[in-house]
Amino acid sequence: MNAGTTDLWTLAVIVGLAGVTVLSRCFFFILERPWSLPDWARRALQYAPVAALAGVVLPEVVMTQGALVATWQDARLFATGAGIAVFFWRRSVLATLVVGMAIYLPLRLGLGW
Amino acid sequence: MFWLPAVRRHPEFRAGVRASAPITPGIAAWGLMTGVAMVNAGMSVTESVAMTLLVYAGSSQLAAIPLLVAGAPMWVIWATGFCVNLRFVVFSLHLRDYLIHQPRWRRLVNGFLTADMSYALFTARHPLPAQDPGGRVAQEAYLAGNYAITWVGWIFPSLLGVALGNLVPSQWGLGFAGVLCLLGVMCSLANTPLRVLAAAVAGAAAVAAYALPFKLNVVAAIALAVLAAFWLETRGPARQREHTA
Repeated sequence: MNAGTTDLWTLAVIVGLAGVTVLSRCFFFILERPWSLPDWARRALQYAPVAALAGVVLPEVVMTQGALVATWQDARLFATGAGIAVFFWRRSVLATLVVGMAIYLPLRLGLGW
Repeated sequence: MFWLPAVRRHPEFRAGVRASAPITPGIAAWGLMTGVAMVNAGMSVTESVAMTLLVYAGSSQLAAIPLLVAGAPMWVIWATGFCVNLRFVVFSLHLRDYLIHQPRWRRLVNGFLTADMSYALFTARHPLPAQDPGGRVAQEAYLAGNYAITWVGWIFPSLLGVALGNLVPSQWGLGFAGVLCLLGVMCSLANTPLRVLAAAVAGAAAVAAYALPFKLNVVAAIALAVLAAFWLETRGPARQREHTA
């Protein structure tokens, strides 16, 4: 994908993601026939969301250009650590965002980490 | 649906708006950052605006951005978005009894607009679905009040973020705010020992399997984490704790 230009492939992905939103939010009431969830699926559903988020987030934090970060002087590591700590203290996604960025921006812009 | 006068003028609509108002600043901050993240990741303004209006799901949008930029196959992006959204599948099972009497298109609109907080506030106020027409209208009005303010509080800051994202140099790395939002959502979901374990396994697997083509590392990470958590749930010492959690 080129920066700043619109391409049809990306738009198709976006339209599909809109379908994914409708499908997931309406899953059990799209059709009128009665539904029940098999036990294994009920158990899978409780682990998949947190696993999906961790699978997306962790490489964004500890990898650069497809390789593990080789130095501890990386603003992302500190912002992530602080973000996790703040979440479990305040239980707030907003607090995680605000404190994480308050750590990240000075390290990145000030120290070039 | 909030554009219908019978719903919008119902007193319960205003009650729903009032209930959602305190959480709107948090939603707005997240929406702003999602807008910035899309543009800073290299998406065009058209693409970013389309994503804001059509997808309307913060965490699956943010999860899709790095995959989109890396050129992952369409089905991998959709599958990842669906997995991030799986909690809504569970919510939809619960909401079914409240909405199933409506015509399909109306159910779909109500469902599309009902995100996490609206679901939580709505089911807290109405633990049981109404059985009579008056009660059903009141419940729909409350739900619509909830999601109307959430929608406004998400869409406009997101569009502002798209506009600002173009003014801020991408070297600042403001897109990282999107990762922090996902991190917060991930922590909020990691509320039992086995879910923490699933997150740890998935994170490690996604890094270890990073070299897989087409960003299949995310799919592999989810599969491995779910299998590991399953196996421990039925066999491991965590079983007792999980059931009391």
